[in-house]
Amino acid sequence: MTPARKRTVRLVVALSAAVVLATALIYTSFSAASPALSPSQLVRQAQPGRSYQVTGTVAPGSVHRAGEVLNFSVEDRAGGTKIPLSYTGTVPDPFQEGREVIVTVQRQGSAFVGERNSLITKCPSKYKTAPAGENQNS
Amino acid sequence: MNVVVFVLILALLALVVAIVGAPLRRRAHGAAPADEGLESPLEADLAAARDAKYQEIRDAEMDYRTGKLSLEDYEAVDAGLRAEAIEILDRIERAEGGGGPGPEA
Amino acid sequence: MASLGFACLLLALAVCVYGIGASIYGVRSGRVEFSESGRRAVYALAAILTVAFAVLEIAFLRNDFGFNTVADTSSRTTPGFYRAAAVWSSQEGSLLLWAWLLSMWSSLALFLTRRRMRDVAAYATAVLLGFGGFFVALMVFYANPFATTRPAPAEGAGLDPLLRFPTMMIHPPMLYSGYTLCTIPFAFGIGALLARRVDAEWIKAIRRFAFAAWLFLGVGILLGARWSYSELGWGGYWGWDAVENASLMPWLTGTAFLHSLMIQEKRGMLKVWNVSLVLATGTLAVMGTFLVRSGVLNSIHAFGGATLGVPFVVLIGVLIAGSIYLVVSRRDMLRSEHRLDSLLSREAMFIANNLVLVGLCFVIFWGTYFPLISEALTGQEASVGPPWFDRYTVPLALVLVLLSGIGPVIAWRRATLANARRNFLMPVCTALIALVVLLVAGIGDKPLALAMFCCAAFVFGSVAQEFVRGTRVRRAIAGESPPRALLSLVRRNRRRYGGYIVHVGMAVLFIGVAASSSFQHASELSLSPGQSTRVGAYTVRYVRPTASLTPAYDRAHTGSTLALGAEVDVSRHGRHVATLQPSEGYYASQDPSQGSVGSLIGGQPVSHVSMDAGVTRDVWSAIAPNIEAPVLQRIIKAGNADLTGEDTLVALGYLARAYLKSPPPAQFHFIVSPLVMWIWVGGLIVFGGGLIAVWPAPSTVRRRVGARAGARRDRALARA
Repeated sequence: MTPARKRTVRLVVALSAAVVLATALIYTSFSAASPALSPSQLVRQAQPGRSYQVTGTVAPGSVHRAGEVLNFSVEDRAGGTKIPLSYTGTVPDPFQEGREVIVTVQRQGSAFVGERNSLITKCPSKYKTAPAGENQNS
Repeated sequence: MNVVVFVLILALLALVVAIVGAPLRRRAHGAAPADEGLESPLEADLAAARDAKYQEIRDAEMDYRTGKLSLEDYEAVDAGLRAEAIEILDRIERAEGGGGPGPEA
Repeated sequence: MASLGFACLLLALAVCVYGIGASIYGVRSGRVEFSESGRRAVYALAAILTVAFAVLEIAFLRNDFGFNTVADTSSRTTPGFYRAAAVWSSQEGSLLLWAWLLSMWSSLALFLTRRRMRDVAAYATAVLLGFGGFFVALMVFYANPFATTRPAPAEGAGLDPLLRFPTMMIHPPMLYSGYTLCTIPFAFGIGALLARRVDAEWIKAIRRFAFAAWLFLGVGILLGARWSYSELGWGGYWGWDAVENASLMPWLTGTAFLHSLMIQEKRGMLKVWNVSLVLATGTLAVMGTFLVRSGVLNSIHAFGGATLGVPFVVLIGVLIAGSIYLVVSRRDMLRSEHRLDSLLSREAMFIANNLVLVGLCFVIFWGTYFPLISEALTGQEASVGPPWFDRYTVPLALVLVLLSGIGPVIAWRRATLANARRNFLMPVCTALIALVVLLVAGIGDKPLALAMFCCAAFVFGSVAQEFVRGTRVRRAIAGESPPRALLSLVRRNRRRYGGYIVHVGMAVLFIGVAASSSFQHASELSLSPGQSTRVGAYTVRYVRPTASLTPAYDRAHTGSTLALGAEVDVSRHGRHVATLQPSEGYYASQDPSQGSVGSLIGGQPVSHVSMDAGVTRDVWSAIAPNIEAPVLQRIIKAGNADLTGEDTLVALGYLARAYLKSPPPAQFHFIVSPLVMWIWVGGLIVFGGGLIAVWPAPSTVRRRVGARAGARRDRALARA
């Protein structure tokens, strides 16, 4: 094989490997991803056994702690559908009623259970709380 | 906006104009172009290429002495590098041969 | 004074526009005085922005709440250090910091190249002023740091307590220095393409800028990880959060560039690749800044108004389109001069390293922007979590570490196969010994961590062999004693041996990462005083409650009004390991509806983590005391009803006493992480090695010799 041919072969092999890996990556990302839904969407679309990321605000008056389990309700940013859920794991400092949260949940029967350590609380409204915050994805 | 602030702004403006306008004023008064006497881009590039080539020669020797290259391979690589170095030196001489001996940067 | 600041911004904008025009006109017409004037415009910009920054800084230090940003992020009770640093905790202030740092670093870079690369530097000046002008324009039109409200409010909102940690306040300037430094190689890359001079001189200059960017960005990332670990309440240092990823991506491409640059220098190859890398690094840095400033991705750092999103998207679009156009239109100039001699060469290893690094960057890019991608493709926004990232980055990291162990053993150009086989003996043996030892120690159930440990051992063996052999060579040449030989070896071969040290540092860092992620014990505990429980091999006992009031006992000087916590005793197999004192600090809020006493502690609570850092493991604990307990709530209600003004502080004393007397059970988060300290140590080694590698060697002798005489001597040398 001439050197030029060798180089072409090398290039083709390298490119094919890259394409294969990229395809694997892209494919698994779609299947491993949790869709981000608001509470109203979650109620309509959630299927048992799949994880979903629900984004909303913590409903006032809904926070109760029972030992290691934290129970609270998440409602749409604009108000409306409220979903009660139970969550175990680290609770970020900014967590409070009225704050925006993102939590990964699964539907179990008619209830929603939060995945361990998946609770993220967004820093309150405006920018003033700058690059801070806690990511609870362990 | 009080007087102090206004004066400060004017002072800042004057400073900026002075900094930015200096080369233009110098040129207008007949000074030589700012890049006269500096080595040309070609010379600078060749000098950088030459330095890099010397580094390569040293690296090859280091590779040989630390046992990564056999003597045969080393001599082949070294000969090739030195040939490339001479080529660069030739080009430097040709570039300088035209003008005066420009000072090295 | 605010008008002075705003006037500075307007002047800055004018200077940027002028500088762009002057530089481009200067380089196209050949009238050097205009390029020179354009360069000085950058110096002027630095001066103007320094004044503007000083105005804002002084406003913060003087508590001038007429400035909106001061009122939003500072208060009379915010401690001095945090008041000074609060300048960049707001959107507007951070834009000013970015622009200021850009102008300062650009001035330095252009000053250093003032006698060289005239045309390249002129275009680079225009690009840098373009960036500066963009950020100044953002401030002038969208987010003015000098906006005022008169009459000024009496008190400000105060700095968010989550930010009241020293590391947290140093992190933004470090990171912004990294980001802004990335724009300098970008600018010089664009300049080189426009001036059609992607050559040896360009390599020499750009390497320094790329290294500075790599260093600052890396330190910024490490500081952020350290802050997250030691001061936030979740006990982790990396969560694959969008902003973490955003800063890592340009660092990865920057690392790739530092390696592939050497190949272009030696063989004139990979010009297209290098230019693309340098342009990508700058673009990724701007994208990183954009991610942090806009709410486009769900992340805890999702702040910043939607108003900033559009200008940034436009800028990024221009950067990408412009870069692609330039590279494609200049491709004839970027053709390789040579080809790869052999796959068994250090050049080939560097190419492999580049592929892995770019692959890593692609994985992280895909995962980070996936919510936007999936929404665009499927209409449904979805995101991937840390497990997905880990699945792809861990194997790639393994390959990377392995390559860094193979590289030192292979020669440049082409290596002799027989020699290479022999040279691999020692490193492979080191790795095998490590494998056996670790298997015997019982770590076989965590294969990925085991693989990483063995790869790291491989690197150690390979690098140690290099140092030993090199020292031997020095001794043979110069007859020095071993320590002196070692020193002169490194001094004469800085790039090589500095690079080896960097790789050792990375291996150490990855050992720390592998150990602390695979072998961590973490639990949530609910304990009452006197109660103890087992976590793995450790016994955790709640010894006694603690309470403190500010300011006298606020050791961290964070300004919390009340801190409640506990003393916790940790022991292992009966032997005392550590005593931890985690606490939760309660801060004042501005919310009158919580009552006079309630608002004293109704603000953002912040966890004060307690940690015992050790060589082999860190023991870490955070506490969430039950502030809702009836005994405490009763006091708060009573205080709300009866007390006002200064008297409310008395209630805090009662709260503290009540908490100490009858403490309710508290939630503890308890983590034991092995070898975390080595992550920070490894990082320090990496940066130390980097500094060694890039430190200019004392090769200035040639400069003093006349050109012709030097050339003659060179020929003699070359022929010898």
